Amino acid sequence: MTAVEKQDMGVLVALGVGIFLFPLLTTSFSAIHHYLDIMVFVGIFSLVNIGLSLLMGYAGQVSLGQAAFFGLGAYVSGVLTTNFGWSPWAALPAGMVLTGLVALAVGVPSLKLKGHYLAMATLGFGVIVFVVFNEEVALTGGPSGLADIPGISLGGWQIDTTVKYYYFVWAIVLAVLLVSLNIIHSRVGRALRSIHGSEKAANAMGVPTSLYKTRIFVLSAVYASLAGSLYTHYMTFLSPGSFDLFWSIKFLMMVVIGGMGSIWGAMLGTCLLSYLSNEWLHMFQDFDVLVYGLILLVVIMFLPKGLVSVFRKG
Amino acid sequence: MEQITLSGQLIQYAITGITVGSIYALVAIGFDIIYNVTEIINFAQGEFVMLGGLFMVFFASVLHLPLVIAFMLTVAVVLTIGVLMERFAIFPAKNASVLTMIILTIAASILLKGAAMYGWGKDPFVLPPFTDREPFVFMGAAIFPQSIWVLGTTLVVVFLLTMFFKHTKFGKAMIASSDNRDAAQLMGIDVKTMVMVSFGLSAAIGAVAGIVVTPISMMEYDRGALLALKGFGAAVLGGLGHFYGAVVAGFIVGLVESFCAGLISSGYKDAAALMVLLLVLFVRPSGLFGSKEIMRMKEF
Repeated sequence: MTAVEKQDMGVLVALGVGIFLFPLLTTSFSAIHHYLDIMVFVGIFSLVNIGLSLLMGYAGQVSLGQAAFFGLGAYVSGVLTTNFGWSPWAALPAGMVLTGLVALAVGVPSLKLKGHYLAMATLGFGVIVFVVFNEEVALTGGPSGLADIPGISLGGWQIDTTVKYYYFVWAIVLAVLLVSLNIIHSRVGRALRSIHGSEKAANAMGVPTSLYKTRIFVLSAVYASLAGSLYTHYMTFLSPGSFDLFWSIKFLMMVVIGGMGSIWGAMLGTCLLSYLSNEWLHMFQDFDVLVYGLILLVVIMFLPKGLVSVFRKG
Repeated sequence: MEQITLSGQLIQYAITGITVGSIYALVAIGFDIIYNVTEIINFAQGEFVMLGGLFMVFFASVLHLPLVIAFMLTVAVVLTIGVLMERFAIFPAKNASVLTMIILTIAASILLKGAAMYGWGKDPFVLPPFTDREPFVFMGAAIFPQSIWVLGTTLVVVFLLTMFFKHTKFGKAMIASSDNRDAAQLMGIDVKTMVMVSFGLSAAIGAVAGIVVTPISMMEYDRGALLALKGFGAAVLGGLGHFYGAVVAGFIVGLVESFCAGLISSGYKDAAALMVLLLVLFVRPSGLFGSKEIMRMKEF
């Protein structure tokens, strides 16, 4: 193991311990009792943003359509379990496979594009998926939403309380983190960073750049789909509003504000923005948008490597 | 009551398509101007349209100023916002990567949208048409006079811009700045000013689009993003940087949208317009009138 790998594993273990102990804290202080509920969302959004961080921070490709992949996972799980009586455990991988295929179909032509064009293509794709969620009323319930979605159980043990769901989601997050750190520290991870540095140079050195870009794009979509399925069974209600264009931008903001170049930055940004919007910005009500814009502007101008860079030496 | 014929219906869709298409053309031209000078795509372009509509409502319907004065004030205010955006967000980030620039203009668009929500609230606003309210009948289709205003304004704007860039020293200097920044600087052109002017001009054109379309479609704070996306579709379809291409492409996007709404499903009209965007990006990113060779040279 290299020094960086050791450091990452150290952070992962520390995070695991922190996650394990956090409910003790929230149950002892009634003022922060509901923080556990927010942490469930932090976990779910982290899954999306770990994928986005791999794509943006490591491979240097922008996506403004992650909310669509998140929504695809959510709706496949929601529709299959509610309208067709599937088990959540069958619907979840079905969602991941379908979302992966859609990402492949969109990714292959999109990733030939760069910068602005890629951003606009993924943005346009996201809006089209949002329109489909709204219009296919027979399947999705349209704008009024899909209700009475069943919860999820693990081997006959119903995951029905916030604490149980918290441990369930975070166990998955830690597993995904472990997989993602392995990717980063592998040959693939080095190849991705070389694409970020210079695609032409990477190509010249024999890195099959388009193959790697497409793979990481599909992987990020599959992570988002998994997150969507977990979101569905926690909320037990879906409406298209959770998957619109602004959510794609919110995911992007979480990653950028936390720090694009590292997975930990994405986690930090997710945690910070989730607490901001659920907890600390209540006094602004709908005007939290204004605060988001301002934070994003300040971070990108003065801390282009994100908040996580504050904790890094050098 | 006149019989509604199929041909009348089709002409009706065509007119609706050309009208909204004119707006997409104006948004596309806004993208083109900034792109021509800086090679930046301004994701806040749709926000200028939204602000144009809402400021016009404020000046014309709230303060009851005469139309012409309200029009000029609105354009002046939005132009100033465009210049301020360049000064405080784009200019300080001179050497930023494309990714950073994308995020910067997105941040600016969120700020403008949030500010508009703060100022005007979430409800859509109406604006009375500039002239007659009553539609006239043309080949079995009803045309609102405001549609003529929209189309006419677009054509006038395109004509004036072409004259400006082709036949004035200042316009030529702006084009030179985009072709080769360093060479232009060495020839004594103040490139920094050119960049600022491009944002101002682009904001002003966005405002004009917002002003003329609001009497037809109303305006609210969150309209910007979709307008920007469709306008960007038109800009790419027309070949990024080409004004006349943008107009033709704007009409195409508008027509696809209105025929989809009329013949297939009105709920899917936005999706249809965006499918045009994806199709162009995937199949021919240089657009209908752009050159493939030049495309390959550009940095994205």
